[in-house]
This record gives sequence, structure tokens and C-alpha cells, in this order.
Amino acid sequence: MDVLNAIVVLANFVIVPATAYGAQLALGALGVTLIYGILRFSNFAHGDTMAFGAMVTILFTWLLQGWGVTLGPLPTALLALPLGIAVTALLLIGTDRVVYRFYRRQKARPVIYVIASLGVMFIMNGLVRFIIGVDDQRFADGERFIISARTFREITGLDEALAIRTTQGITLVVTMIAVALLFWFLGRTRTGKSMRAFSDNEDLALLSGINPEKVVIVTWIIVAALATTAGVLYGLDKSFKPFTYFQLLLPIFASAIVGGLGNPIGAIVGGFVIAFSEVSVTYAFRRFASHLLPEAWEPDGLVQLLSTDYKFAVSFTILLVVLIFKPTGLFRGKSV
Amino acid sequence: MSGINVKNLALFGLVAVLFIVTGIMQSWNTTLSILNMGLISAVMALGVNIQWGYAGLFNVGIVGFTALGGLAAVLVSMPPVNEAWAAGGPRVLLALAIGVATIAAAVLCWTRLPRGWLRVLLMLAVLIAGFTLYRAVFDPARDAIESVNPAATGYLGGLGLPILLAWPVGGLFAAGAAWIVGKTALGLRSDYLAIATLGIAEIIISILKNEDWLARGVKNVNGLPRPVPFEVDLQAAPWFLELATSIGANPVSFSTVFVKLCYAGLFTTVLLLLIWLTQMALNSPWGRMMRAIRDNEVSSEAMGKDVTRRHLQVFILGSAVCGLAGAMMTTLDGQLVPSTYNPLRFTFLVWVMVIVGGSGNNWGAVLGGFLIWWLWIMVEPIGLWVMENVITAGMAEDSALRDHLIGSAAQMRLLTMGVFLLLMLRFNPKGLIPER
Repeated sequence: MDVLNAIVVLANFVIVPATAYGAQLALGALGVTLIYGILRFSNFAHGDTMAFGAMVTILFTWLLQGWGVTLGPLPTALLALPLGIAVTALLLIGTDRVVYRFYRRQKARPVIYVIASLGVMFIMNGLVRFIIGVDDQRFADGERFIISARTFREITGLDEALAIRTTQGITLVVTMIAVALLFWFLGRTRTGKSMRAFSDNEDLALLSGINPEKVVIVTWIIVAALATTAGVLYGLDKSFKPFTYFQLLLPIFASAIVGGLGNPIGAIVGGFVIAFSEVSVTYAFRRFASHLLPEAWEPDGLVQLLSTDYKFAVSFTILLVVLIFKPTGLFRGKSV
Repeated sequence: MSGINVKNLALFGLVAVLFIVTGIMQSWNTTLSILNMGLISAVMALGVNIQWGYAGLFNVGIVGFTALGGLAAVLVSMPPVNEAWAAGGPRVLLALAIGVATIAAAVLCWTRLPRGWLRVLLMLAVLIAGFTLYRAVFDPARDAIESVNPAATGYLGGLGLPILLAWPVGGLFAAGAAWIVGKTALGLRSDYLAIATLGIAEIIISILKNEDWLARGVKNVNGLPRPVPFEVDLQAAPWFLELATSIGANPVSFSTVFVKLCYAGLFTTVLLLLIWLTQMALNSPWGRMMRAIRDNEVSSEAMGKDVTRRHLQVFILGSAVCGLAGAMMTTLDGQLVPSTYNPLRFTFLVWVMVIVGGSGNNWGAVLGGFLIWWLWIMVEPIGLWVMENVITAGMAEDSALRDHLIGSAAQMRLLTMGVFLLLMLRFNPKGLIPER
């Protein structure tokens, strides 16, 4: 019996990684849910928007690094992030002008938007592959750890170690700032309130003189900020590879739907629900159990519910369960 | 047949000319390769068109249904591995039966018991107990099977039946998966079906990649039996040599062309049969009902039609056609390579085919299948040529930008397909051959 060591193992392999991953998913799901609330379609290009934003940020990071500009212990990418957001926002507004605005004027069915977003996804995916290639890119610099495994052992004297990487800490801090800014904007500013009004009831909002085009443009700018931040944080934490962003689409959609499509708080909760289930279902609990159980009972196997290759199955199963039992999501989204 | 007019014939003629020009410029062997995949793509496009064109259902899991067809080809046609069966075959089957029974019991708990906490607890208990039992039976059996000569087999093998039989079986597999997805996601918003199909496709692909006992996972299954003769046998057969000399062809190169022609014959038969069936269905009372539901769900419901049930029916039918196409493709390749099932290449390309060809029109979908597949293959060399001779013509030989541009020309395909899709959707949303 060694409860303390067991807790440290759990924190190191489940709680800390799942929190960082959950924050990244939450940011992605917020983008999806905002587009759904204001523009009323599921944006399949969102994963590739994240990839595009991350790519632009990486390019600026390299430029800054080339000039010798760094942030000291923090990754330079944070300095390049605003530039990445700006370029991505321009791209998204351009896409809206060229593609989506036409269907908005036609009042097309939502599924037409979804197909259009498939086309946009193809183009963005092609652009990313064309500009930066298909290979892994690492762009994290600065200090690697907030607490490294060795320091933790030295301080606490425990057998097990808890290592917290800088990228995980940054993910959490940046996400909190972004979410706080978003909720302040939606709840306190005039533009934010008009966005919520537009999302609740389009006709009433139009009657009270809200300019729909302005709402749409602001939405795309916020979505660009959220998607780029999510993409950069994910890239810093793992590594940047264009194809993985496409695969993130499923957990992100699952997060948004589990929370309730169109509901920002739901998106955040959904992100953490998906991340924690994914990590804990695919984690091998053997070491955790070996600290808690007497030696005679120690498990032979890995005590792993599913192999990590099936992590997508977890988000999918949660998605199915929610669709069957509560299609509006945990926090009453907009639609069935 | 309503669609026969000058414009449509001209469009099909144009595609034929594209293929013939490829034959003359490159080689007939290349043309036939493109044609064979074009035929398979046309079948897939027909399947998607059944879902989208007849009922407005949006399926983005085509890659998964295609992969299930490929799995069917392995399970039906490969010879069984007797040692592996002896090592753990019955136990794996038992484990799978336990899994199915668990789910059935959980569903029974949910539907038969009165509402309340007891029901939820009981269902969870059944699921947890069933899963533990399943893993206890399954894990040792799987390890036993996978340790039987892992370099060559390490899986159960198939039934050793003719591979042509795998084609309908592939359709059945896909239909089963479609039933699961459709049952949960249909009747909700249209976007939900799209997301659910995206998910099931990812899962099917990861099962194929990881379950080595089933189809060797990423170690691939090679050397599937063929429905057509081997080139080597042909080159030794007297009747074939006579045929080759009588048309004045080199027996070696003619044998490869001959084999491809055999495949093309098989695929064309399937395609024609499917076109005939789908046209009959479209012009039957059932087809008219489906289109009425698509155009106005509310009034169809008022007329007493069960919309969700009809949608489920058409979703299963369309997915089955995709599974059939998947089995055909694996037959043509002669191997199952799970890592090649890329959603961008399958799912989304088939969508471009349907939208460009003409949604709701079977002939349009077939045309789109041929045309887009030809483009998909040809955009790469054309893009490379444009990059080398037009865009980078003014640059220095050793410029890094020039190298990068030429190196990335292969990525131009996705971009081009995206542009095609968006242009078509905006300026000609009914496609090249519109529904009416």
C-alpha cells in the first residue's frame, strides 16, 4: 500500500496529460460550436483550419528564431501566435466572402454548407501540405520542463515522479486566458451580445438592427483565434503533422456534441470529458494498481481497457451514447 | 431511360476520348489500370448517389465501408490457417459471441426494465461483467493465434472460397455497419449522421490496422486468389499464344493487357447490373416515394410514410454498394493494405465525383466516377509539368523555391479537387448530368 506514489503515477500519466489535451480539445470545440451557433453548420474544415493556423505560426516562429528573437524560457511560438491568428483570420474571412456568403444569401440548406466546407477542407489541406510538406515539424523551444522527473524526486523523496512539461502548463494558462476573454466578449461587449442574440433568434436580431455581416466577420475572427491557438498548443505539446489535425476532427466534434452544439460552456466541459475518458480508458493501470494492492494480488497484465490505437473509439462511443440518450448534449445545445 | 440526349452522350464521349488519348500518349496498360479503378469508383459513386441523390443523406464514412469490403475479400477467399484455428479459433468465436450477448443483454435491460436508477446500474453491471469475461476469453486466444508463424500467417485465414463470392459478402458487412450507425444517428440532424459516419470509418480502419488475428493488421495480407488467370499461365497457354500472334502482339505485354481486360469485363458487368437495378428502383413507386421524402419530409410524414425507416433502408443499401466496391478493389489489388485507406483519398474524392457528375442522377454519378478518377491520376503529372515548365520556368536551376515547388507539386491534387468541388457546387450545383 502506497497511496501517495499511486496518486503521483496517476497524476503523471493520466491527470496532467488529459488536462492539457482536454484544454486543446475545448478550444477546438469552442470554434466548432461558435460556427454552429452563428452560421448554423458543422464545419468539417475546422481541423485543417487549426493546421493552417499552426503552420503560419510555425513559419513566423522560424523567422523570429532566425532573427534571434526568443521568449527566454517560454516557446517563441507564443510571440508568433498573434501573427498566425491574423493571417488565419484573413484566410477565413476570405473563404467566407468567396464561398459561404453566396449560400447565406441563397438561404441554402445546412448540408450544402457542410459540403462546401469539405471543399474548403480539401483546399486548406492542400495548401498546408504544399507550403510546409507532410513531415513532422518540431518548433518548441525554451525550457522543456516546469518540474522535471528528477527535481520532483529530489524534492519529495518519492519513488515515482511527476513531470510537468512547459507546454502542458502553457496550454492550460493560455486556454484559461482565451476562455476568459471569450466569455467576457460574449457577455459584456455590445458586439458579443449581438452575436448571442443572432445565435438565439436570427429574425429578431435582424429586426433590432443587428448587422448580420458584421456578426459573421467577428465570428470568423474569433474562430481563427481559437483554432490557431488550439492548433499551436497541440503542435507544441505533441508535434506538428498536417494529417493529425484531420484526425482531431472526430474528438472535437464529439466534445462539441457531448456538451451540446452551440453552447460554449458545453464545448469546454465536453472537451475535458472526451480527453479524460480517452486517456484513462487507454492507460495501462498496472503501475497504479501495483502501488495500491498487496504484492500477492499484483496484476499480471497491463490492466488496460483498450489499446491506445483505439482512442478514437472512445470519443465515438461517448458520441453514440449521447446521441442515443440525450441528443441535445449535457448542456442543452441548440438542436436535435 | 430518360437521360439519353446529345449533351450526355457527348459528355461520356469526352471521357472516352480522355481515356483513349491517355492510351495513345502513355500506354494501353496505364489506361486500363485507370479504367479499372474508374469502374470501381463509378460503383462507389453509385452507392453514395443512392444515399445523397435519392434521400439527401450525408455519409462521410465511405472509406470505412470500402475497407469492410476489403476485409470480406480476405475472409472469404484466403485459405484457412489450420494451426491457428486449432490454437484459438473456437475460443475467439466464443469471445465474440460473449461480446454480442453482452450487448444484447444490456439492450434488453434498458428496454424491458422499468425506468429508474436500478435499470442504469443493472445495465452497467451487465456491460462490465460481459467485458471482463470477453477479455478473459479473448486475450489468450488472440495471443495463441498471433503466435502461429507470425511472419507468414499469424491470423485465422479465410474460408478458401472463390473470391467473387466476397463481393456480395463485402456488401453485407458494410450493410451491417451501416445499420448500427443509421439506427443511432438517423432521425436526428443531418450533420449528426455525417459525424457518426466519420467516426465509424475511423474505427473500422483502426480495427483493420490493429487486430492481427483477423487480417494480419499492418502486416498486410498478400496474394489473394484471383478471379482471372495469371499472366505467367497465359504466356504458357497455346491458345493464348495463338491469339497473340494472330493480332500481332507481343505475348508478354499482351498478357498483362488481357488480364486487365478480364477485370474490366467483370467490373463492367457489375456496374451495368447496378445501373440497371438503380434505374429500375428510381423509376419505381419506391423511388418516387424516396424523392418525395427528400424534397419534403413533413408532407411525406403527413402522408403516413415512416421517414426515418426509409432513410435507414436507403442508407444501408448505399453503404452495401460501397462495401461491394471495396471488395472489388481489394480483388483488383490482390492484397489488403489497411494503411492505404485514407479518408481524403476515398470518402471525399467519391463526394467530388457525385457532386461533379450530378447528384440524384445515376448516369451522372457514373460519369463523375470516371472523370474525377482520371483527373485524380492525371493531375499529378500535369501539375508537375506545369510547375516545371510554366511557373518555375523563369527561376534559376538551383533555386530552393523551385525545388520546393516541384517537390510539392504532388500535393496539388487535393487543392485541385477542392477547387473543382467548390466551383461545381456554386456555379452548377446540379452537376454535369442533372437529375431532370
